[in-house]
Amino acid sequence: MRVTFTVNGREECADDVWEGESLLYVLRERVGLPGSKNACEQGECGSCTVYLDGTPVCACLVAAGQAEGRQVRTVEGLADGDRLDPVQEAFVESGAVQCGFCTPGLIVQTHDLLERVDRPSDAEIREALAGNLCRCTGYEKILDAVRLAADRKAATR
Amino acid sequence: MEFLRPTTWDEALAAKADQPEAVPIQGGTDVMVEINFDVRRPVALLDLTRVAELQAWSLEDGRYRVGAAVPYTTIIEELGGPLPGLAQASRTVGSPQIRNRGSVGGNLGAASPAGDSHPPLLAAGAVIEVESRDRGVRMIPAHEFYLGVKRSALEPDELIRAVHLEPAAGPQYFSKVGTRNAMVIAVCSFAVALHPGEGRVGTGLGSAAPTPRRALAAEEFLRRELDWGARLDPAVLERFGELCAQAASPIDDVRGTAAYRRHAIGVMARRTLTWAWNDYRGKRAA
Repeated sequence: MRVTFTVNGREECADDVWEGESLLYVLRERVGLPGSKNACEQGECGSCTVYLDGTPVCACLVAAGQAEGRQVRTVEGLADGDRLDPVQEAFVESGAVQCGFCTPGLIVQTHDLLERVDRPSDAEIREALAGNLCRCTGYEKILDAVRLAADRKAATR
Repeated sequence: MEFLRPTTWDEALAAKADQPEAVPIQGGTDVMVEINFDVRRPVALLDLTRVAELQAWSLEDGRYRVGAAVPYTTIIEELGGPLPGLAQASRTVGSPQIRNRGSVGGNLGAASPAGDSHPPLLAAGAVIEVESRDRGVRMIPAHEFYLGVKRSALEPDELIRAVHLEPAAGPQYFSKVGTRNAMVIAVCSFAVALHPGEGRVGTGLGSAAPTPRRALAAEEFLRRELDWGARLDPAVLERFGELCAQAASPIDDVRGTAAYRRHAIGVMARRTLTWAWNDYRGKRAA
C-alpha cells in the first residue's frame, strides 16, 4: 500500500509498504531517516521515540498505515538548519552520549518534557525518561544534560 | 494482509462484521509487538485510530463513559478525580510513550490476565459496552467479561466501544508488584474500591489467575463483618487478606512463583484496604 504523511515539515510518500510494517521501518528504510533507532521493537527501550501529531510515541508500535495523513517529527527535525536544538547541545556538552544508540529517543522525549514543563524536578525527569533505556551512561550525565537544557531554555524565555 | 481504515463507528462495525478475523488495532502496544516478532500474522488489521469518538470520554446521567481508545495519559490527566483506581493503575502502565498510545479498550481486547486496567474495573464494577452491526449493543459487566487467558466475552463480529463507570463514591486504590516502578508487566496486582452507600467493598486481582477476577468470598466477608463507623479491626483485615489470597489461582512463571503471588495478593489486599479505610475515616472525621 501507499502511505503519505508529513515528516519534519515535508510531505513524504512511501510505496509498496507492507500492511504490518511499522512507522519506524518506513522512516528508516523507505524515507531515509535513520535517526530513530530500531532496538527492541516492542516499546520497551524508547530508542525509536518520535512525535506523532505532537505526541511522543514509539514508532515501532505505530502501524505504517496509521501514520497516513499525520504529522511526524523525528530527531532529524529538531535542529534549525545547522543550529542544534538546546536539548541536543546539552547532551553533547554534558557527555550524555556514549554509544549513541539511545540518544535520539532520549532527545525527543526530553524535548517533549521541556515543551510541557519549564523546570522539571529530578523526579519528573526520571518519570518522563522511564521508558528510554541507556546501557552505557548510568543515566547521571543524561540527567545533567536535561537539567542544563532546561536552564538554557528557561533563560531564553 | 489488508489494512482497513474506517472513519466512523458504523464503518468500523461493518468492517468487523464483514471480516470477523480482522484484528482491531488502536495504540498498537500489543498488536504491533506480535507482528514485529512474527507471533501473529493477521489477515487484516482494522485501524480504529480514525474513529474519533473512541478517543473521547463524557459524563452521561452521572456515569462516566470512557471511549475504548482514550489513552492512559488522558485518564491520568482528566479522570483521576472521579476514577481514582483506574487512574492509579494507568500511571503504572509502561512508559509515557506507551501511556500516550495504550488504552483501556486495548487492554480489554487483549484480555491478558496481567493487564493493569482490569483490577480497578472489577473493583469499581465497570460495565463494558460492546457492539456488533447485526446484533447491536451489549453491556457486559467487567466480572463477566474475562473468560480465560487472553479470552473474553467479545464475539468475533463485535468491537469494544466504551467502558462505563460510576464516579467513585469512596476511596479506591491499586497496587502492583514488579521489578521496577516503570515499564513493568505485573507480577501480580490488586485493586480495592469502597462503596460506602452500598456497604460494600469491591476487589480485583490481576496476574494471579487465568483471568482477572474478584475475590468474591473476601467481598462477602467484608459485607458481613465490616463496621463502617469504626476503625478497621485487625482480625478482619487479616482475614480479608487471607480470603483474597485464596481467591488467587496463580502459576509459576518467569515473573514469579505461584506461592509468591498468593502471598503478595494477601499483602496488597491488606495494604490497599488500610489505605482506603484511612482515607474514608479521615474524610468522615474532617
